[in-house]
Amino acid sequence: MQHCYAGAARRTAAVTAPSRLSTDAVTGQGEPARAHRDPLARPVVIEAMGVSKTFRIPHQRIDSLKERVTHPLAAREYRLLEALKDVSFDVHHGEFFGIVGRNGSGKSTLLKIMASIYRADHGRIRMAGRLAPFIELGVGFNPELTSRENVVLNGVLMGLTRQEARRRLDAVLDFAELRDFADLKLKNYSSGMMVRLAFAVMVEADADVMLIDEVLAVGDAAFAQKCMDVFRARRDAGKTVVLVTHDMATVQSFCDRAMLIHDGEVRYIGDPEEAALRYYRLNFAGEGEHVAGGVPDINARLIDAWLENAAGERVENIEQGEPIGFNMVVEARRDLDSPVFGFFFLTADGVTVFGFNRTLALPDGEPDMLKAGQRARISGTIENRLMPGRYYVSSMISRNRAQGDLALHVLRLLDFVVYGTRPGPGPVSVDNDLKAVVEEGS
Amino acid sequence: MSVSELELQDVRGPSALGGGWRRSVELLYLIASTEFKRTYFGTVLGYLWSLCRPLLLFAVLLEVFTHVIRLGSNVAHYPVLLLMNIVLFGFFQEGTNTAVGSVLSQEAIVRKTQFPRLVIPLAVVLTSAFNLLVNLVVVFAFVVGFGVNPTWTWLLFPVLLAWLFILTTAVSMILSALYPRFRDVSIIWAVFSTALFYATPVLYPLERVTGTLKTLIALNPLTPIFELARRWIIQPDAPVQTGPLYVIVPAVISVAICALAVWVFNREAPRIAEAL
Repeated sequence: MQHCYAGAARRTAAVTAPSRLSTDAVTGQGEPARAHRDPLARPVVIEAMGVSKTFRIPHQRIDSLKERVTHPLAAREYRLLEALKDVSFDVHHGEFFGIVGRNGSGKSTLLKIMASIYRADHGRIRMAGRLAPFIELGVGFNPELTSRENVVLNGVLMGLTRQEARRRLDAVLDFAELRDFADLKLKNYSSGMMVRLAFAVMVEADADVMLIDEVLAVGDAAFAQKCMDVFRARRDAGKTVVLVTHDMATVQSFCDRAMLIHDGEVRYIGDPEEAALRYYRLNFAGEGEHVAGGVPDINARLIDAWLENAAGERVENIEQGEPIGFNMVVEARRDLDSPVFGFFFLTADGVTVFGFNRTLALPDGEPDMLKAGQRARISGTIENRLMPGRYYVSSMISRNRAQGDLALHVLRLLDFVVYGTRPGPGPVSVDNDLKAVVEEGS
Repeated sequence: MSVSELELQDVRGPSALGGGWRRSVELLYLIASTEFKRTYFGTVLGYLWSLCRPLLLFAVLLEVFTHVIRLGSNVAHYPVLLLMNIVLFGFFQEGTNTAVGSVLSQEAIVRKTQFPRLVIPLAVVLTSAFNLLVNLVVVFAFVVGFGVNPTWTWLLFPVLLAWLFILTTAVSMILSALYPRFRDVSIIWAVFSTALFYATPVLYPLERVTGTLKTLIALNPLTPIFELARRWIIQPDAPVQTGPLYVIVPAVISVAICALAVWVFNREAPRIAEAL
């Protein structure tokens, strides 16, 4: 529990500290709203205590009685895989809770235990309200049934009664825009129609707790964005969302809190940015789990980063249309072979607007390397097509270009506001010469 | 959301009827009706096929056993007895053999949602039971057509059907629960149920058998169902044995099979998703 509260406190700090330009705005009017929204003040809806799960993996799978009879001793050759070790956490009502970890860390096993698909060996999970698990889109869809029948079946699988599922049928078909095809068998649907239907079922499931496992991975970026909008709307409607993922951008931009699982153990619960940072450390730093929170990255260190206006002054906000002067200085803490400096400009919602990579500009014959202790400065001017709004920059520095080993990852390198009086749809404006005229002779 | 809705309840994990009775019953209905539609709505003659199968088998066996082997020569109303027996045993055989792989065929649902495990074999047996009921209408048309007089004992027939249904369900539960772990259960059962066809008085009445074989067949929990059906429906004066060995012992064995089924299924249910 100590983790949680420390994390929550840190999150508040994380929001205010890097955005020097907006400190006043956040502390000025944000605090009462934040206190109201603070999920930790709300009742617990999922409580896991000491959950453990061990799988017995036979060295050679014994599938038949004959093998069992002919190799009676083989049955005992199991490898024990401890998928979860004494996992405890709480999720509060109305929270967007992320569970992150690399493949095989046990996060999906945990989700399946929460969804009553696996049974925990030890420990206890308690939950309040109706739960809808989304391990995959369109689970239980039967191609031989019409979409009408499938929607009802799926609704009942999600814990609705048949009457409730039927009542929701129209809403689902409308959302999927498939009303005209309601009596068509699913096997005659295009894959796009199928995804739309599966998605609509999920949207209309309307459970108190939604468990989501990488559903977002199936679609393209636009689809993933649509999913996230729905999950967020659910959260705003007072529902609880638990998301299992290894996509850190999603965690950072949507989760209220996140839990990092590694080798079946809880490594961190709290601030999503911190969880993401530790996730990257576990995966890329090479030092494994022993990197403590306060220790700077071992491969490279961020010295400074700032924006400049056209006049060359350091600024924290940029006028719409004014070129963005970008500057960053990093120091290598060990030799970085063929380093690549990557930057992403994201909206406040975590949608990447654009990004670019730079390698070291080298005089002839110099090895492509940043030696330990050397500093690199990345600077220049960026065309500013951003619409008014809040943006942030994240940076990733990798070494050994071919392997792409991550050396430094700064999730919120810079946080800035574009101000202006010409807002528009989307995050960018583009030049065009479109004209609308009355067609002659019509 | 009221406070009572926020009361924490234990997540108990997967089980035979996880998620509550009501949900299990609704899923049972939906899965069974789906299964039924899938079996028959795709074929041109639809439901007629399920009637044709036992009728064709009946025609073949009738020819063989009245003209070649002459097994039923002295048995009253042998043709309709044979038809009824084939339909009854057909239900048991179809139900259990479909149930074996049923959990595996619903793998997506079992592994990705909270699903009451018992619903799967039960839905299969229920679909077969529906076929049985429609087939029985045909059987009774033949029974009357062959000049068998209705008696009040016809009213006892549902008792036998219930016995057969429960036994079929119990065997299906055992098979479907074991199959994910031991894949050759399906082959063994295919052979075993064929052997059982001959070890049950389907083609012959029990009094035709003598010696140890008779005792063994009498222990078969299916035997009294067929013997009693013969007496209650077709031939009230049939020389059917009703001593304790012929009814009580098979009934006790039936109860034991049911108990075993509940034990095996409850034991395996939480682990089925992991074994798939």
